[in-house]
Amino acid sequence: MTPSQAGRFAAGAIGAAALAFLALWVLVFAENAAWKDWYTFITTTLNGVTVAGLYFVVASGFTLIFGLMRVVNMAHGTFFLLGGYIALSLQRSWVGKGDIGLQSSDINRFFVEWVLPLLIGAGVVGLVGLLMQQSLLRWNQGQDLRQALITIAISIIAADLMLWKFGGVAKDIAIPQRLDRFVDLRVQGVQYSVFRLFILAVAVALGLLLYLWLKRTRTGMVIRAGVDDRAMVQALGINIQITFAIAFFVGSFLAGLGGGFGGSFGTLAPGLDGQWLLNSLVVVIIGGMGSLGGAAIGALLYGIVGAYAATYLPAAYNPYSIIFTFVLLAVVLAARPLGLFGRPA
Amino acid sequence: MRITVERALGIAAVGVLVAAPVLFSTYFVSAILTQTLWLGIAAASVVFLSAYGGMVSLAQVAIYGIAGMALGNMVAAGGSKGLNLGWNPYLSVVVAIAIAVVAGAVFGAIASRSTGIYFLMITLVYSVIVYYFFGQVTQFSGFGGVQINRFPSALGSPTDHPFRLFYVALVAAALVYALIRYVVTTPFGTALQGIRDEPVRMASLGFNVPVHRTLAFTFAAFVAALAGILSAWWDGLVAPSSIDLNQTLNVLVVAVIGGLLRIEGAWIGAFAFALIDNYLQGIAVLGDRFRMVVGLVFLVIVLVSPDGIMGAWDRLRGSLRRPGGPENPVAEQLTGPGG
Repeated sequence: MTPSQAGRFAAGAIGAAALAFLALWVLVFAENAAWKDWYTFITTTLNGVTVAGLYFVVASGFTLIFGLMRVVNMAHGTFFLLGGYIALSLQRSWVGKGDIGLQSSDINRFFVEWVLPLLIGAGVVGLVGLLMQQSLLRWNQGQDLRQALITIAISIIAADLMLWKFGGVAKDIAIPQRLDRFVDLRVQGVQYSVFRLFILAVAVALGLLLYLWLKRTRTGMVIRAGVDDRAMVQALGINIQITFAIAFFVGSFLAGLGGGFGGSFGTLAPGLDGQWLLNSLVVVIIGGMGSLGGAAIGALLYGIVGAYAATYLPAAYNPYSIIFTFVLLAVVLAARPLGLFGRPA
Repeated sequence: MRITVERALGIAAVGVLVAAPVLFSTYFVSAILTQTLWLGIAAASVVFLSAYGGMVSLAQVAIYGIAGMALGNMVAAGGSKGLNLGWNPYLSVVVAIAIAVVAGAVFGAIASRSTGIYFLMITLVYSVIVYYFFGQVTQFSGFGGVQINRFPSALGSPTDHPFRLFYVALVAAALVYALIRYVVTTPFGTALQGIRDEPVRMASLGFNVPVHRTLAFTFAAFVAALAGILSAWWDGLVAPSSIDLNQTLNVLVVAVIGGLLRIEGAWIGAFAFALIDNYLQGIAVLGDRFRMVVGLVFLVIVLVSPDGIMGAWDRLRGSLRRPGGPENPVAEQLTGPGG
């Protein structure tokens, strides 16, 4: 065993030990440990899994773009926020009560006042992404760092424009009335938000659709071939530029859609672009860049670790919960520098 | 030593800086030039890593934030937020730098087996995590930040003695520049450049690639920590908001504007940034849209001359000098193969 292998083995062992300890802590030792309080455990787990669904929607777009084009879109969080803001503006103008905060009781028309604004917001963001790719990224393919810097510049400019247009106050998208209720899960008396379960279902459905798209359609096959060997695909007479454009549209669309969901889940405010860039980065760094399955696993790990850290740390240590994100990242990277499902370029 | 145009310009710049308190207004010296010097040191740690280590790091703001935050907590003795440990100001500086260097070593070790764009992403995550950490752990950061209300006796308060801080920053910048120029000529420095260009070959020659990268990152953390101490003194306050994502990007913008491949560029970029930062807000139309202008300047630089002002300068003079040769992966990812 070489020193490097030994190091990785040690890192893996430490990671496994840390995970085992965390599991024991949550199940047995914490003040509100699972065996004493199944209600909290189930709710926390569901919180983690549903937020993971949202992470997955956003991060899958990021990983799709990177996997095919090696473009790290640092404006991905910006696209998230933009999609949310557009959906919010459309919802407010279509409900017709003026530019004020709406309640779920105002949203009676599920499709027109919620689904449609989100889809249009995502579509516009998809077009913005496509425009950015065609005008600023298409002619410098292969210059990874330069492309990342270009998207950073775009994110700085767009963040300021959004602050100008939408202001600095946190706003949220009202969720439709028919989703704003709780369902009895018939386990330990847990009542859970239908809206959060709905988002989770959408995320799973989107994941399946993406999987089928990549595995079963011609475009998907070209994308997968392009991930492995771009030059060979071009040599076969396939116009890979069109595939790049499609992938960039879909990737940006997913960020914008995530923004609509995220704005309904929580809020939209300046600074959340950075937060969601972080979320996407953490998910794909853990899962492995360019891997859809990796994004799903990464989102689950990140979501659940975050939810447990917030609930099971003793109250005095609660502010330190962000450290667990770092520990998760450190353990994964120490054992697998390219992420759990990452492959070398 | 041969007198080249560059050396002549460099010597002239240092001469002007030494005489700056006589030549310029107090505001210009304390607001713009002092900021240029410490921001340049922070950017120099980025440029060192990219030019000689082939790694573009976004974690330098996190590291200088750790140094500044540690200094604030140790030095304040009542009357401030944070821990108010009330330590000796000189001792506090040493311990704060030590803490930041240790943090840098840990960060570097974790990221050491990642390169290129992965390295950029991982270090960005570090930066955001450190920002959220200080934002949430208010024992250390006291919501609005920790005031630096005690200074080493030789320095005095920068509001009373602005030129002293300026000269301290000038000496620190000169030392950092000389130290980097020295380190890259040592056996460690040449090995680092070898690893930058040919990691596999260097590994087969028996060099431990991750350890060299970690050490380079640790050294850069030391440089960034110096910038953190100077910025804390300069600002009089260390707050989570002064190490947020915007500031992380600012330091990157400074390094890119100056040029990611030449150390000198760090201070040139910092000077350009300090000028924009101070005078743009005075222009009524643009005042509120300061960030947008920064973004546009950044975009133009990246589109026109991705290796920054120093890169443009080298092209102008027809001598594309990339430190250590044309194989630097950072150069390739910036301007394309052989470009």
